Amino acid sequence: MLLRRVIPCLDVKDGRVVKGVRFVDLTDEGDPPELARRYAEAGADEICFLDITAAPEGRGTLLDIVERTASQVFVPLSVGGGVRSALEMRDVLRAGADKVAVNSAAVADPDLIATCARRFGRQCVVISVDARAVPGEPGRWEVVIQGGRTPTGLDALEWIDRCVDQGAGEVLLTSIDRDGTREGFDIELLQAVTSRVQVPVIASGGAGTPAHMTQAITEGHADAVLAASIFHRDLHSIEAVKAEMAAAGVPVRLSRRAA
Amino acid sequence: MTEPVRVAVVDYGAGNLISIRNALRLLGAEVEVAETPAGLGGAEVILVPGVGASEAAMGRLRRQGLVEPIIEQVRGGTWFVGVCLGMQLLFERSHEDGAEMLGLLAGEVVPIPGAPSLPHIGWNRLEPVRPHPVLAGLPDDATAYFVHSFVPQPAEPEVVITETEHGGRFASLVAADRIVGFQFHPERSGEDGLLLLRNTLELVIAGRAADVEVPA
Repeated sequence: MLLRRVIPCLDVKDGRVVKGVRFVDLTDEGDPPELARRYAEAGADEICFLDITAAPEGRGTLLDIVERTASQVFVPLSVGGGVRSALEMRDVLRAGADKVAVNSAAVADPDLIATCARRFGRQCVVISVDARAVPGEPGRWEVVIQGGRTPTGLDALEWIDRCVDQGAGEVLLTSIDRDGTREGFDIELLQAVTSRVQVPVIASGGAGTPAHMTQAITEGHADAVLAASIFHRDLHSIEAVKAEMAAAGVPVRLSRRAA
Repeated sequence: MTEPVRVAVVDYGAGNLISIRNALRLLGAEVEVAETPAGLGGAEVILVPGVGASEAAMGRLRRQGLVEPIIEQVRGGTWFVGVCLGMQLLFERSHEDGAEMLGLLAGEVVPIPGAPSLPHIGWNRLEPVRPHPVLAGLPDDATAYFVHSFVPQPAEPEVVITETEHGGRFASLVAADRIVGFQFHPERSGEDGLLLLRNTLELVIAGRAADVEVPA
């Protein structure tokens, strides 16, 4: 039986890890490969780097970070942010990433997912969707891009269907309303998506406690949970989160160190 | 001091070699990436990684002139380590596309029987079904990272060392003589995966004693 995953997400800007609360007020959190190694030792099932470097000239730094991380971290590595073409995806995979998440670029180029899935296999193509609840319309979410700043008018559920049809092998689903709040995941959004797609769904945005993680899986039917600030700020360790999830009956992989 | 194990990682364009190379280097092996038969010379271990489809993979191995040299060297005592698709290629035939494969182990490759979802991607348990030194020190709740849709069905049950459940049960680790095959990615399976790779390298070192020719 597949185990449920806990994924720390490292937002990387200009080579350093930062975490924004609702994407503003960024605070420096440290060196990406070092943090990744620490999390892997603590039992992280996968490491996610989200590159939020605005300037294209900063991109080389990301490949360097991926390479340095892949030489010392032996769990799967996902990279998102700023990948706009199959060529850029190839470079990130060659640097040692296992999966690449595309977000704004998939909106701009409707063929990007299909092209990348054909070329590299759907297992390494992740569609990252930032969804915001449409005010006054329960059960509807809109896709927003560019770090949550730009609305697209796309219905999030229809968009996800289309991306999965095109070959996305996984959905990284972020609730922009909850992101950075630590108030818990948007369970309604998760249920709406997990009931529609066959591919794994990663819950993101709002993790504040281990109970939130369990809820995303038992009620939201997510395959994995992703969080940043609660881990970076050591509010809850990965070991503690997984131990609590295991106690609640969620099948997880426990850290050897904690055993 | 023990000489480092010399590993040739076969590069036939079927996926990322960096992680497996990094893991082997971390464990003290001397790793060369081999694209041609000449690249296999001097290797104690031929490691075949790979993701993707078996027919395409065999086609690339054939075009690079690697199929016969790999078979000959392994029959001549070189170790073979297969990872994911590289493990499946050990067997005779794939139901994925009818590919004729290396045939170093008897059996066929089939879709995961009874799988609730395909591909099978993520962490799952390794359940030992018979003792083998490659498992030395592995904890009871060992886990590994999988990315695949097909699995081998070995004709000889004694080569199956661990099984994994995804709907049905399948052989997740096989071993025979100087062959070790991982259906999962040990280089992506954290401490348990690194332990399995370390054990494999130690088996190679232990096997050297058998190779030493005693002068008459």
